[in-house]
Amino acid sequence: MATNHIVKSFDEDLRELDNVIAEMGGLAEVQFADAITALVKRDGELAERVVVSDKRIDELESKVDSHAISMLALRQPMANDLRVVITALRIASVVERIGDYAKNIAKRTVALTQTPPVGPTRTIARMGNVVQGMIKTVLDAYLQRDADMARDVRLRDEEVDALHTSLFRELLTYMMEDPRSISACAHLLFVAKNIERIGDHATNIAEQVHFLVHGELPGSARPKGDESSYTVVNAE
Amino acid sequence: MESATIKTAVAPADAALTAAGARDTKFHTRKVCVYYGEKQALFDVDLDIFSNEVTALIGPSGCGKSTYLRSLNRMNDTIDICRVTGDIILDDIDVYSREIDVVHLRARVGMVFQKPNPFPKSIYENVCYGPRIHGIASGKADLDQIVEESLIKAGLWNEVKDRLDAPGTGLSGGQQQRLCIARAIAVHPEVILMDEPCSALDPIATAKIEELIDELRENYTIVIVTHSMQQAARVSQRTAFFHLGYLVEVGETEQIFTNPVDQRTQDYITGRFG
Repeated sequence: MATNHIVKSFDEDLRELDNVIAEMGGLAEVQFADAITALVKRDGELAERVVVSDKRIDELESKVDSHAISMLALRQPMANDLRVVITALRIASVVERIGDYAKNIAKRTVALTQTPPVGPTRTIARMGNVVQGMIKTVLDAYLQRDADMARDVRLRDEEVDALHTSLFRELLTYMMEDPRSISACAHLLFVAKNIERIGDHATNIAEQVHFLVHGELPGSARPKGDESSYTVVNAE
Repeated sequence: MESATIKTAVAPADAALTAAGARDTKFHTRKVCVYYGEKQALFDVDLDIFSNEVTALIGPSGCGKSTYLRSLNRMNDTIDICRVTGDIILDDIDVYSREIDVVHLRARVGMVFQKPNPFPKSIYENVCYGPRIHGIASGKADLDQIVEESLIKAGLWNEVKDRLDAPGTGLSGGQQQRLCIARAIAVHPEVILMDEPCSALDPIATAKIEELIDELRENYTIVIVTHSMQQAARVSQRTAFFHLGYLVEVGETEQIFTNPVDQRTQDYITGRFG
Protein backbone atom coordinates (compact mmCIF):
# COMPACT_ATOMS: atom_id res chain seq x y z
CA MET A 1 0.00 0.00 0.00
CA ALA A 2 0.94 3.62 -0.31
CA THR A 3 2.85 4.14 2.88
CA ASN A 4 6.26 4.90 4.31
CA HIS A 5 7.18 7.95 2.29
CA ILE A 6 9.72 10.16 3.96
CA VAL A 7 7.35 13.03 3.21
CA LYS A 8 4.25 11.83 5.08
CA SER A 9 1.80 14.14 3.35
CA PHE A 10 2.60 12.22 0.14
CA ASP A 11 1.14 9.09 1.80
CA GLU A 12 -1.95 11.08 2.75
CA ASP A 13 -2.38 12.28 -0.83
CA LEU A 14 -2.17 8.72 -2.15
CA ARG A 15 -4.61 7.46 0.48
CA GLU A 16 -7.01 10.25 -0.42
CA LEU A 17 -7.06 8.96 -4.02
CA ASP A 18 -7.94 5.47 -2.77
CA ASN A 19 -10.64 6.88 -0.51
CA VAL A 20 -12.36 8.80 -3.28
CA ILE A 21 -12.18 5.83 -5.65
CA ALA A 22 -13.61 3.61 -2.90
CA GLU A 23 -16.47 6.04 -2.35
CA MET A 24 -17.14 6.36 -6.08
CA GLY A 25 -17.01 2.61 -6.56
CA GLY A 26 -19.33 1.96 -3.62
CA LEU A 27 -21.78 4.47 -5.01
CA ALA A 28 -21.69 2.96 -8.52
CA GLU A 29 -22.24 -0.48 -6.99
CA VAL A 30 -25.36 0.74 -5.14
CA GLN A 31 -26.63 2.63 -8.19
CA PHE A 32 -26.37 -0.46 -10.35
CA ALA A 33 -27.95 -2.72 -7.71
CA ASP A 34 -30.83 -0.26 -7.26
CA ALA A 35 -31.33 -0.01 -11.01
CA ILE A 36 -31.65 -3.79 -11.31
CA THR A 37 -33.95 -3.98 -8.26
CA ALA A 38 -36.14 -1.21 -9.70
CA LEU A 39 -36.31 -3.08 -12.99
CA VAL A 40 -37.22 -6.44 -11.46
CA LYS A 41 -39.76 -4.97 -9.02
CA ARG A 42 -41.05 -2.44 -11.57
CA ASP A 43 -40.37 0.28 -9.02
CA GLY A 44 -40.48 3.58 -10.92
CA GLU A 45 -39.74 5.68 -7.84
CA LEU A 46 -36.52 3.88 -7.08
CA ALA A 47 -35.55 4.17 -10.74
CA GLU A 48 -36.08 7.94 -10.60
CA ARG A 49 -33.84 8.15 -7.54
CA VAL A 50 -31.08 6.30 -9.40
CA VAL A 51 -31.30 8.77 -12.29
CA VAL A 52 -30.94 11.73 -9.94
CA SER A 53 -28.13 10.25 -7.83
CA ASP A 54 -25.76 9.78 -10.76
CA LYS A 55 -24.61 13.39 -10.33
CA ARG A 56 -22.71 12.46 -7.19
CA ILE A 57 -20.51 9.96 -9.10
CA ASP A 58 -19.69 12.62 -11.68
CA GLU A 59 -18.65 15.00 -8.91
CA LEU A 60 -16.38 12.40 -7.38
CA GLU A 61 -14.79 11.73 -10.75
CA SER A 62 -13.79 15.36 -11.13
CA LYS A 63 -12.47 15.25 -7.57
CA VAL A 64 -10.19 12.33 -8.52
CA ASP A 65 -9.15 14.20 -11.67
CA SER A 66 -8.09 17.39 -9.96
CA HIS A 67 -6.42 15.56 -7.09
CA ALA A 68 -4.45 13.34 -9.48
CA ILE A 69 -3.42 16.28 -11.66
CA SER A 70 -2.17 18.26 -8.70
CA MET A 71 -0.23 15.20 -7.48
CA LEU A 72 1.44 14.86 -10.88
CA ALA A 73 2.39 18.52 -10.81
CA LEU A 74 3.44 18.82 -7.17
CA ARG A 75 4.79 15.39 -6.21
CA GLN A 76 6.20 14.08 -9.48
CA PRO A 77 5.41 10.49 -8.53
CA MET A 78 7.67 7.71 -9.81
CA ALA A 79 7.40 3.97 -10.33
CA ASN A 80 4.55 2.41 -8.29
CA ASP A 81 3.43 5.82 -7.04
CA LEU A 82 3.09 6.97 -10.62
CA ARG A 83 1.03 3.89 -11.40
CA VAL A 84 -1.27 4.60 -8.44
CA VAL A 85 -2.03 8.07 -9.80
CA ILE A 86 -2.44 6.95 -13.42
CA THR A 87 -4.68 3.99 -12.57
CA ALA A 88 -6.78 6.17 -10.25
CA LEU A 89 -7.41 8.51 -13.18
CA ARG A 90 -8.36 5.66 -15.49
CA ILE A 91 -10.47 3.77 -12.96
CA ALA A 92 -12.37 6.91 -12.00
CA SER A 93 -13.39 7.44 -15.60
CA VAL A 94 -14.44 3.79 -15.92
CA VAL A 95 -16.50 3.95 -12.73
CA GLU A 96 -18.14 7.10 -14.04
CA ARG A 97 -19.13 5.15 -17.18
CA ILE A 98 -20.57 2.36 -15.01
CA GLY A 99 -22.65 5.01 -13.26
CA ASP A 100 -23.91 6.27 -16.63
CA TYR A 101 -25.00 2.78 -17.67
CA ALA A 102 -26.80 2.27 -14.35
CA LYS A 103 -28.57 5.58 -14.91
CA ASN A 104 -29.57 4.51 -18.41
CA ILE A 105 -30.99 1.23 -17.07
CA ALA A 106 -32.99 3.25 -14.56
CA LYS A 107 -34.37 5.54 -17.28
CA ARG A 108 -35.48 2.55 -19.32
CA THR A 109 -37.03 1.07 -16.18
CA VAL A 110 -39.21 4.16 -15.86
CA ALA A 111 -40.40 3.52 -19.42
CA LEU A 112 -40.84 -0.21 -18.79
CA THR A 113 -43.15 0.38 -15.82
CA GLN A 114 -45.60 1.82 -18.35
CA THR A 115 -45.65 -1.36 -20.50
CA PRO A 116 -47.07 -4.82 -19.70
CA PRO A 117 -44.42 -7.05 -18.07
CA VAL A 118 -42.45 -9.38 -20.38
CA GLY A 119 -40.79 -12.69 -19.64
CA PRO A 120 -37.03 -12.62 -19.35
CA THR A 121 -36.52 -10.22 -16.44
CA ARG A 122 -35.29 -13.21 -14.42
CA THR A 123 -32.33 -13.73 -16.76
CA ILE A 124 -31.61 -10.03 -16.50
CA ALA A 125 -31.65 -10.24 -12.72
CA ARG A 126 -29.20 -13.14 -12.89
CA MET A 127 -26.90 -11.23 -15.23
CA GLY A 128 -27.16 -8.27 -12.90
CA ASN A 129 -26.15 -10.41 -9.95
CA VAL A 130 -23.02 -11.68 -11.64
CA VAL A 131 -21.98 -8.19 -12.76
CA GLN A 132 -22.68 -6.75 -9.31
CA GLY A 133 -20.35 -9.35 -7.85
CA MET A 134 -17.71 -8.43 -10.43
CA ILE A 135 -17.85 -4.73 -9.54
CA LYS A 136 -17.58 -5.47 -5.84
CA THR A 137 -14.69 -7.89 -6.24
CA VAL A 138 -12.74 -5.71 -8.63
CA LEU A 139 -12.99 -2.70 -6.34
CA ASP A 140 -11.79 -4.82 -3.43
CA ALA A 141 -8.95 -6.06 -5.64
CA TYR A 142 -8.04 -2.45 -6.39
CA LEU A 143 -8.06 -1.35 -2.78
CA GLN A 144 -6.09 -4.41 -1.69
CA ARG A 145 -3.73 -4.26 -4.70
CA ASP A 146 -4.58 -7.91 -5.37
CA ALA A 147 -3.90 -8.87 -8.99
CA ASP A 148 -5.06 -12.48 -8.53
CA MET A 149 -8.45 -11.35 -7.30
CA ALA A 150 -8.64 -9.05 -10.32
CA ARG A 151 -7.84 -11.92 -12.69
CA ASP A 152 -10.84 -13.87 -11.41
CA VAL A 153 -13.05 -10.94 -12.34
CA ARG A 154 -11.73 -11.00 -15.89
CA LEU A 155 -12.60 -14.66 -16.16
CA ARG A 156 -16.14 -14.13 -14.88
CA ASP A 157 -16.94 -11.78 -17.75
CA GLU A 158 -17.26 -14.77 -20.03
CA GLU A 159 -20.36 -15.88 -18.14
CA VAL A 160 -21.89 -12.42 -18.53
CA ASP A 161 -21.25 -12.49 -22.27
CA ALA A 162 -22.88 -15.90 -22.57
CA LEU A 163 -25.94 -14.71 -20.62
CA HIS A 164 -26.15 -11.66 -22.84
CA THR A 165 -26.09 -13.79 -25.99
CA SER A 166 -28.86 -16.06 -24.73
CA LEU A 167 -30.92 -13.10 -23.52
CA PHE A 168 -30.58 -11.51 -26.93
CA ARG A 169 -31.99 -14.61 -28.63
CA GLU A 170 -34.72 -14.88 -26.07
CA LEU A 171 -35.83 -11.28 -26.59
CA LEU A 172 -35.83 -11.64 -30.37
CA THR A 173 -38.07 -14.68 -30.00
CA TYR A 174 -40.50 -12.79 -27.73
CA MET A 175 -40.72 -9.95 -30.23
CA MET A 176 -41.48 -12.31 -33.11
CA GLU A 177 -44.14 -14.12 -31.12
CA ASP A 178 -45.94 -11.00 -29.93
CA PRO A 179 -45.35 -7.67 -31.69
CA ARG A 180 -47.09 -5.86 -28.78
CA SER A 181 -44.05 -6.74 -26.64
CA ILE A 182 -41.62 -5.03 -28.99
CA SER A 183 -41.52 -1.74 -27.09
CA ALA A 184 -40.66 -3.43 -23.78
CA CYS A 185 -38.30 -5.94 -25.38
CA ALA A 186 -36.39 -3.21 -27.23
CA HIS A 187 -35.78 -1.46 -23.92
CA LEU A 188 -34.73 -4.74 -22.35
CA LEU A 189 -32.27 -5.33 -25.20
CA PHE A 190 -30.57 -2.07 -24.31
CA VAL A 191 -30.70 -2.89 -20.62
CA ALA A 192 -29.01 -6.22 -21.32
CA LYS A 193 -26.41 -4.48 -23.44
CA ASN A 194 -25.78 -1.95 -20.67
CA ILE A 195 -25.24 -4.71 -18.12
CA GLU A 196 -22.91 -6.46 -20.51
CA ARG A 197 -20.95 -3.21 -20.97
CA ILE A 198 -20.70 -2.76 -17.20
CA GLY A 199 -19.20 -6.25 -17.05
CA ASP A 200 -16.66 -5.17 -19.68
CA HIS A 201 -15.82 -2.11 -17.63
CA ALA A 202 -15.30 -4.25 -14.53
CA THR A 203 -12.76 -6.26 -16.53
CA ASN A 204 -11.12 -2.99 -17.65
CA ILE A 205 -10.67 -2.10 -14.00
CA ALA A 206 -9.28 -5.60 -13.40
CA GLU A 207 -6.69 -4.97 -16.09
CA GLN A 208 -5.76 -1.66 -14.47
CA VAL A 209 -5.30 -3.45 -11.14
CA HIS A 210 -2.92 -5.85 -12.84
CA PHE A 211 -1.01 -2.88 -14.28
CA LEU A 212 -0.94 -1.21 -10.88
CA VAL A 213 0.55 -4.28 -9.22
CA HIS A 214 2.85 -5.60 -11.94
CA GLY A 215 3.67 -2.55 -14.04
CA GLU A 216 2.27 -4.05 -17.24
CA LEU A 217 -1.12 -4.93 -18.64
CA PRO A 218 -2.12 -8.61 -18.44
CA GLY A 219 -0.74 -10.45 -21.43
CA SER A 220 -3.14 -13.09 -22.71
CA ALA A 221 -6.41 -11.99 -24.25
CA ARG A 222 -9.29 -12.91 -22.01
CA PRO A 223 -11.89 -15.43 -23.19
CA LYS A 224 -14.92 -13.80 -24.80
CA GLY A 225 -18.39 -15.31 -24.95
CA ASP A 226 -20.50 -12.51 -26.41
CA GLU A 227 -21.83 -13.73 -29.75
CA SER A 228 -24.92 -11.52 -29.80
CA SER A 229 -23.40 -9.36 -32.54
CA TYR A 230 -23.47 -12.39 -34.86
CA THR A 231 -26.82 -13.75 -33.71
CA VAL A 232 -29.75 -14.22 -36.11
CA VAL A 233 -33.09 -15.74 -35.10
CA ASN A 234 -35.23 -16.78 -38.06
CA ALA A 235 -39.00 -16.57 -38.06
CA GLU A 236 -39.72 -20.23 -39.00
CA MET B 1 21.82 -7.50 5.95
CA GLU B 2 23.83 -6.78 2.81
CA SER B 3 26.16 -9.54 1.80
CA ALA B 4 28.85 -9.78 -0.83
CA THR B 5 26.70 -12.10 -2.93
CA ILE B 6 24.13 -9.47 -3.84
CA LYS B 7 23.18 -9.80 -7.47
CA THR B 8 22.57 -6.80 -9.65
CA ALA B 9 19.12 -6.78 -11.11
CA VAL B 10 19.26 -6.34 -14.85
CA ALA B 11 15.95 -5.77 -16.56
CA PRO B 12 15.24 -8.37 -19.26
CA ALA B 13 14.97 -5.77 -22.04
CA ASP B 14 18.32 -4.33 -21.08
CA ALA B 15 20.00 -7.72 -21.01
CA ALA B 16 18.53 -8.55 -24.40
CA LEU B 17 19.80 -5.33 -25.93
CA THR B 18 23.27 -5.93 -24.56
CA ALA B 19 23.28 -9.50 -25.78
CA ALA B 20 22.15 -8.43 -29.23
CA GLY B 21 25.18 -6.15 -29.40
CA ALA B 22 22.94 -3.28 -30.42
CA ARG B 23 25.25 -0.86 -28.62
CA ASP B 24 28.98 -0.20 -28.57
CA THR B 25 30.51 -0.56 -25.16
CA LYS B 26 32.78 2.32 -24.19
CA PHE B 27 33.62 1.29 -20.66
CA HIS B 28 33.54 -2.33 -19.65
CA THR B 29 33.90 -2.62 -15.88
CA ARG B 30 33.89 -5.83 -13.90
CA LYS B 31 34.26 -6.63 -10.22
CA VAL B 32 35.29 -3.09 -9.43
CA CYS B 33 36.10 -2.65 -5.74
CA VAL B 34 37.37 0.59 -4.26
CA TYR B 35 38.88 0.94 -0.79
CA TYR B 36 39.71 4.05 1.17
CA GLY B 37 42.31 2.62 3.53
CA GLU B 38 40.53 -0.16 5.44
CA LYS B 39 37.10 0.95 4.41
CA GLN B 40 35.60 -0.61 1.32
CA ALA B 41 33.47 1.89 -0.63
CA LEU B 42 32.53 -0.17 -3.70
CA PHE B 43 31.77 -3.87 -3.93
CA ASP B 44 32.17 -5.88 -7.17
CA VAL B 45 30.52 -3.45 -9.52
CA ASP B 46 29.82 -4.90 -12.98
CA LEU B 47 28.65 -2.16 -15.32
CA ASP B 48 28.96 -1.37 -19.01
CA ILE B 49 28.83 2.21 -20.26
CA PHE B 50 27.61 2.44 -23.84
CA SER B 51 28.93 4.86 -26.47
CA ASN B 52 26.98 8.00 -27.35
CA GLU B 53 24.61 7.51 -24.49
CA VAL B 54 24.06 9.31 -21.23
CA THR B 55 24.35 6.98 -18.27
CA ALA B 56 23.05 8.39 -15.00
CA LEU B 57 24.36 7.14 -11.65
CA ILE B 58 21.92 7.67 -8.82
CA GLY B 59 21.75 6.71 -5.16
CA PRO B 60 21.82 8.22 -1.68
CA SER B 61 24.89 10.04 -0.37
CA GLY B 62 27.74 7.68 0.36
CA CYS B 63 26.42 4.96 -1.95
CA GLY B 64 29.60 4.93 -4.05
CA LYS B 65 28.35 6.53 -7.24
CA SER B 66 30.91 9.34 -7.22
CA THR B 67 33.63 6.90 -6.22
CA TYR B 68 32.72 4.76 -9.22
CA LEU B 69 32.67 7.79 -11.52
CA ARG B 70 36.09 8.95 -10.33
CA SER B 71 37.57 5.51 -10.80
CA LEU B 72 36.81 5.70 -14.54
CA ASN B 73 39.54 8.29 -15.22
CA ARG B 74 41.66 7.55 -12.16
CA MET B 75 40.74 10.70 -10.30
CA ASN B 76 40.94 8.52 -7.21
CA ASP B 77 44.71 8.33 -7.74
CA THR B 78 44.93 11.74 -6.13
CA ILE B 79 43.78 10.22 -2.84
CA ASP B 80 46.75 8.43 -1.23
CA ILE B 81 44.84 5.79 0.70
CA CYS B 82 42.55 4.91 -2.20
CA ARG B 83 42.93 1.49 -3.82
CA VAL B 84 41.02 0.15 -6.83
CA THR B 85 40.70 -3.51 -7.87
CA GLY B 86 38.82 -5.20 -10.70
CA ASP B 87 38.73 -4.49 -14.43
CA ILE B 88 38.06 -1.07 -15.88
CA ILE B 89 38.46 -1.34 -19.64
CA LEU B 90 38.14 1.70 -21.91
CA ASP B 91 37.59 0.40 -25.47
CA ASP B 92 40.32 -2.23 -25.20
CA ILE B 93 42.79 -0.66 -22.84
CA ASP B 94 43.10 -1.40 -19.15
CA VAL B 95 42.74 1.96 -17.43
CA TYR B 96 44.72 0.77 -14.38
CA SER B 97 47.68 -0.81 -16.19
CA ARG B 98 51.14 0.58 -15.47
CA GLU B 99 51.73 1.78 -19.03
CA ILE B 100 48.80 4.17 -18.98
CA ASP B 101 49.68 7.86 -19.14
CA VAL B 102 47.14 9.26 -16.68
CA VAL B 103 47.27 12.76 -18.18
CA HIS B 104 46.48 11.33 -21.61
CA LEU B 105 43.72 9.17 -20.09
CA ARG B 106 42.08 12.23 -18.53
CA ALA B 107 42.19 13.98 -21.89
CA ARG B 108 40.21 11.06 -23.34
CA VAL B 109 37.96 10.93 -20.32
CA GLY B 110 37.23 14.48 -19.23
CA MET B 111 35.47 15.63 -16.13
CA VAL B 112 33.09 18.37 -15.02
CA PHE B 113 32.62 18.97 -11.32
CA GLN B 114 29.80 20.00 -9.04
CA LYS B 115 31.04 23.51 -8.46
CA PRO B 116 32.14 25.37 -11.59
CA ASN B 117 35.89 25.76 -11.24
CA PRO B 118 37.25 27.92 -14.07
CA PHE B 119 40.91 28.86 -13.88
CA PRO B 120 41.47 32.45 -12.68
CA LYS B 121 42.30 33.41 -16.23
CA SER B 122 40.52 34.77 -19.26
CA ILE B 123 37.69 32.87 -20.91
CA TYR B 124 39.99 32.26 -23.88
CA GLU B 125 42.81 30.91 -21.72
CA ASN B 126 40.44 28.62 -19.85
CA VAL B 127 39.52 26.84 -23.04
CA CYS B 128 42.90 26.82 -24.81
CA TYR B 129 44.90 25.70 -21.78
CA GLY B 130 44.24 21.99 -22.35
CA PRO B 131 44.87 21.89 -26.11
CA ARG B 132 48.07 23.87 -25.58
CA ILE B 133 49.61 21.60 -22.93
CA HIS B 134 48.50 18.49 -24.80
CA GLY B 135 50.05 19.86 -27.99
CA ILE B 136 46.78 19.47 -29.85
CA ALA B 137 46.97 22.92 -31.48
CA SER B 138 49.97 24.08 -33.52
CA GLY B 139 49.47 27.82 -33.71
CA LYS B 140 47.35 30.77 -32.78
CA ALA B 141 44.92 30.21 -35.65
CA ASP B 142 44.49 26.60 -34.59
CA LEU B 143 43.90 27.59 -30.99
CA ASP B 144 41.40 30.27 -32.01
CA GLN B 145 39.47 27.69 -33.93
CA ILE B 146 39.45 25.16 -31.10
CA VAL B 147 38.32 27.83 -28.63
CA GLU B 148 35.50 28.92 -30.91
CA GLU B 149 34.36 25.36 -31.68
CA SER B 150 34.45 24.31 -28.04
CA LEU B 151 32.51 27.37 -26.88
CA ILE B 152 29.95 26.82 -29.64
CA LYS B 153 29.52 23.16 -28.66
CA ALA B 154 29.16 24.21 -25.03
CA GLY B 155 26.44 26.68 -26.04
CA LEU B 156 28.39 29.62 -24.67
CA TRP B 157 29.88 31.25 -27.78
CA ASN B 158 27.16 33.80 -28.44
CA GLU B 159 27.25 34.98 -24.85
CA VAL B 160 31.03 35.47 -24.61
CA LYS B 161 32.43 35.96 -28.12
CA ASP B 162 32.86 39.70 -27.57
CA ARG B 163 34.69 39.36 -24.28
CA LEU B 164 37.01 36.39 -24.60
CA ASP B 165 39.65 38.30 -22.64
CA ALA B 166 37.38 38.82 -19.65
CA PRO B 167 38.10 36.61 -16.63
CA GLY B 168 36.24 33.29 -16.61
CA THR B 169 35.44 33.77 -12.96
CA GLY B 170 33.37 36.85 -13.85
CA LEU B 171 30.71 34.78 -15.63
CA SER B 172 27.49 33.66 -13.97
CA GLY B 173 27.41 30.22 -12.33
CA GLY B 174 25.66 28.57 -15.28
CA GLN B 175 28.02 30.21 -17.76
CA GLN B 176 31.01 29.14 -15.68
CA GLN B 177 29.77 25.55 -15.77
CA ARG B 178 29.38 25.69 -19.54
CA LEU B 179 32.88 27.19 -19.71
CA CYS B 180 34.12 24.16 -17.78
CA ILE B 181 32.33 21.91 -20.26
CA ALA B 182 33.95 23.85 -23.13
CA ARG B 183 37.30 23.37 -21.42
CA ALA B 184 36.68 19.63 -21.17
CA ILE B 185 35.59 19.42 -24.81
CA ALA B 186 38.60 21.40 -26.07
CA VAL B 187 40.96 18.43 -25.70
CA HIS B 188 38.66 16.21 -27.84
CA PRO B 189 37.66 13.72 -25.19
CA GLU B 190 35.63 10.58 -25.93
CA VAL B 191 33.93 10.44 -22.57
CA ILE B 192 32.77 13.24 -20.29
CA LEU B 193 32.22 12.46 -16.62
CA MET B 194 29.94 14.86 -14.78
CA ASP B 195 29.71 14.90 -11.01
CA GLU B 196 26.46 16.69 -10.11
CA PRO B 197 27.07 19.37 -12.73
CA CYS B 198 23.87 21.28 -12.00
CA SER B 199 23.54 21.13 -8.24
CA ALA B 200 24.90 24.66 -7.82
CA LEU B 201 22.82 26.13 -10.66
CA ASP B 202 19.40 27.73 -10.92
CA PRO B 203 16.64 25.99 -12.94
CA ILE B 204 17.25 28.00 -16.14
CA ALA B 205 21.01 27.36 -16.12
CA THR B 206 20.22 23.72 -15.29
CA ALA B 207 17.89 23.46 -18.30
CA LYS B 208 20.63 24.86 -20.54
CA ILE B 209 23.15 22.31 -19.27
CA GLU B 210 20.62 19.50 -19.72
CA GLU B 211 19.91 20.62 -23.28
CA LEU B 212 23.66 20.72 -23.84
CA ILE B 213 24.11 17.21 -22.45
CA ASP B 214 21.52 15.98 -24.91
CA GLU B 215 23.38 17.60 -27.81
CA LEU B 216 26.80 16.41 -26.65
CA ARG B 217 25.56 12.82 -26.63
CA GLU B 218 25.88 12.75 -30.41
CA ASN B 219 29.67 13.00 -30.22
CA TYR B 220 30.54 11.94 -26.70
CA THR B 221 29.76 9.30 -24.15
CA ILE B 222 28.49 10.87 -20.96
CA VAL B 223 28.33 9.54 -17.42
CA ILE B 224 26.54 11.77 -14.95
CA VAL B 225 26.17 11.54 -11.20
CA THR B 226 23.09 13.36 -10.01
CA HIS B 227 21.01 13.69 -6.88
CA SER B 228 18.06 14.92 -8.88
CA MET B 229 16.02 11.95 -9.98
CA GLN B 230 14.05 14.12 -12.35
CA GLN B 231 17.32 15.14 -13.94
CA ALA B 232 18.44 11.55 -14.35
CA ALA B 233 15.05 10.78 -15.88
CA ARG B 234 15.27 13.76 -18.23
CA VAL B 235 18.82 13.44 -19.56
CA SER B 236 19.84 9.80 -19.46
CA GLN B 237 19.14 6.74 -21.57
CA ARG B 238 20.32 4.32 -18.93
CA THR B 239 20.25 4.63 -15.18
CA ALA B 240 22.27 2.77 -12.58
CA PHE B 241 21.19 2.76 -8.94
CA PHE B 242 23.87 2.37 -6.26
CA HIS B 243 23.26 1.65 -2.61
CA LEU B 244 25.75 1.05 0.23
CA GLY B 245 28.58 0.47 -2.25
CA TYR B 246 26.68 -2.01 -4.42
CA LEU B 247 25.26 -1.55 -7.88
CA VAL B 248 21.69 -2.58 -7.15
CA GLU B 249 20.05 -2.19 -10.53
CA VAL B 250 20.84 -0.90 -13.99
CA GLY B 251 18.46 -0.57 -16.90
CA GLU B 252 16.77 1.63 -19.44
CA THR B 253 15.96 4.91 -17.72
CA GLU B 254 12.28 4.64 -18.56
CA GLN B 255 12.06 1.19 -17.05
CA ILE B 256 13.95 2.21 -13.89
CA PHE B 257 11.58 5.10 -13.26
CA THR B 258 8.34 3.38 -14.18
CA ASN B 259 8.83 -0.22 -13.18
CA PRO B 260 12.07 -0.95 -11.32
CA VAL B 261 12.89 -4.59 -10.60
CA ASP B 262 14.53 -4.23 -7.20
CA GLN B 263 12.56 -3.14 -4.13
CA ARG B 264 15.45 -0.92 -2.98
CA THR B 265 15.39 0.99 -6.27
CA GLN B 266 11.65 1.38 -5.93
CA ASP B 267 11.97 2.66 -2.37
CA TYR B 268 14.69 5.13 -3.30
CA ILE B 269 13.13 6.69 -6.37
CA THR B 270 9.71 7.00 -4.73
CA GLY B 271 11.18 8.69 -1.66
CA ARG B 272 10.73 5.88 0.84
CA PHE B 273 14.27 5.34 2.09
CA GLY B 274 14.43 5.65 5.87
